[in-house]
Amino acid sequence: MTDDAAEADLRPMVPFLKRAADGRPLLMGSKCGECGEVFTGERSTCARCAARGAMIPVELSTRGKLYNFTIVHRSYPGIATPFVSAIVDLEGGGSLKGNLLGVEPDPDKLAFDMPVEVAFGDAGRADRQGRRYLTYFFQPLAEERA
Amino acid sequence: MTDVYVVGTDMIKFGRFPDRTVGSLGGEAALLALDDAGLTIKDMQALYCGNNILANRMVGQQVLREIGQTGIPVVNCANACATGATAFREGWMAIKAGMYDLVLCVGVEQMGKGLLGSAEVEDGLSPEGVLGSITTPSVFAHVGMEHSRKYGTTFEQFAKVSVKNHHHSTLNPKAMYRIETPLEQVMAAEMISYPNTKLMCSVNVDGAAAAVLASESAAKRLGLMSRAVRVRASALVSDPFSERNLTTPDFNAATRLAAAEAFRQAGLGAEDLDLVELHDCFATAEIVHYENLGLCADGEAGRLIDSGETELGGRIPVNVSGGLLSKGHPLGATGIANIYELSTHLRGEAGARQVEGARIGLSHVVGLGTACAVHVLEKV
Repeated sequence: MTDDAAEADLRPMVPFLKRAADGRPLLMGSKCGECGEVFTGERSTCARCAARGAMIPVELSTRGKLYNFTIVHRSYPGIATPFVSAIVDLEGGGSLKGNLLGVEPDPDKLAFDMPVEVAFGDAGRADRQGRRYLTYFFQPLAEERA
Repeated sequence: MTDVYVVGTDMIKFGRFPDRTVGSLGGEAALLALDDAGLTIKDMQALYCGNNILANRMVGQQVLREIGQTGIPVVNCANACATGATAFREGWMAIKAGMYDLVLCVGVEQMGKGLLGSAEVEDGLSPEGVLGSITTPSVFAHVGMEHSRKYGTTFEQFAKVSVKNHHHSTLNPKAMYRIETPLEQVMAAEMISYPNTKLMCSVNVDGAAAAVLASESAAKRLGLMSRAVRVRASALVSDPFSERNLTTPDFNAATRLAAAEAFRQAGLGAEDLDLVELHDCFATAEIVHYENLGLCADGEAGRLIDSGETELGGRIPVNVSGGLLSKGHPLGATGIANIYELSTHLRGEAGARQVEGARIGLSHVVGLGTACAVHVLEKV
């Protein structure tokens, strides 16, 4: 079984993690046709302006900037630490919280507004039933890393 | 509408009481508050009870079984860390509405030790450690880091909040911990979620607090005005929409909205306050709420903690009780324990930690999810 085939069996970590026709993972959001606010996932009413029936499905960008972060040294039992919990503003709207990989978990190695990209992969642990999950995470933007 | 007065209030010393029940802890605080007012449960027309963790267990009725089942209406409230303040506000509103003259408000929680929450979920996979962190120290670390991003606030400035509040708690016999924690000790403590170390996280404890509220006519009729404290404002809000609010809870917008409403009701401003009990669930939170409550201008909170102006004896003492960081944070009790703390100062009965000449106090709680309550109390 190739990695791609294995990945195809993973369950989405969040409902708005979808797959394009070619199987490529992507993040879906909604944009309010009235006020322009962008949300992750589907919704029928705008939380910002309360407009009804004005939501337009959009694909969220896979590029963004690190808004802020914390380095988690103690988490719930069974969760590996340390890790970087990041809040990222996506290009074109929408923001997400997720793990930031590929950077040392050290405040001195992280900079506000550093460019990041969204990547996809196995969540790294299984649920109680042994099922595995496909998640999004963040990593420094490829050209910045080079 | 009548003014509403706190005519009796007290709290138990916060601690760990695994062998007791929420009913007995809440009942003890209720009796202390009734004794403080010189009244009995037979005088109370309704009970408003705050408890978060056992929200569906009819905790108010459990309290009445301990102190007297008089058949009065009981309203059980749950609103995260704003639970106690919400119960207090429900009682305030009932008197304002003219329904009752005398009501009892009780907040109680049994917490257990350690980090709240768990990665164990029935179905699916917990987002913890995959989609960032949802632990409370992490959520409030993000809040602090947003302030660092905007204004360059440092780890040391956040840590100073804990030094101050732990110091204050040494003067409060009802605090869970009463130990000094020098800056080096706070900063060298186990890092939980940067920049919050273990000593910058509130203490999960068991606790209970209670307040007896009266209309003006009842307070006068019963001769209780001499130690009464007037409720000048009671504001409760949910989180208004703000950028990133659905990704990372925005406690700032909620606090600003509640503070504005409280100051409007009271006809007062932050400059009129003599002391503040604000929601220092984590050291990072106290810093952002200095600005949210108007204790200093935006961007000045780091300077404010550096200046010592929020210490006992300073311009605007904050959390002289020891705060949630050291007095302890039994979720449902906290909002009413704040009322006890302010009332004790306004009555001039706070002993070693007394804020001299205190006339106006503000209490603030914010519950994750999000609810924010602000009360303004005034010496009569």
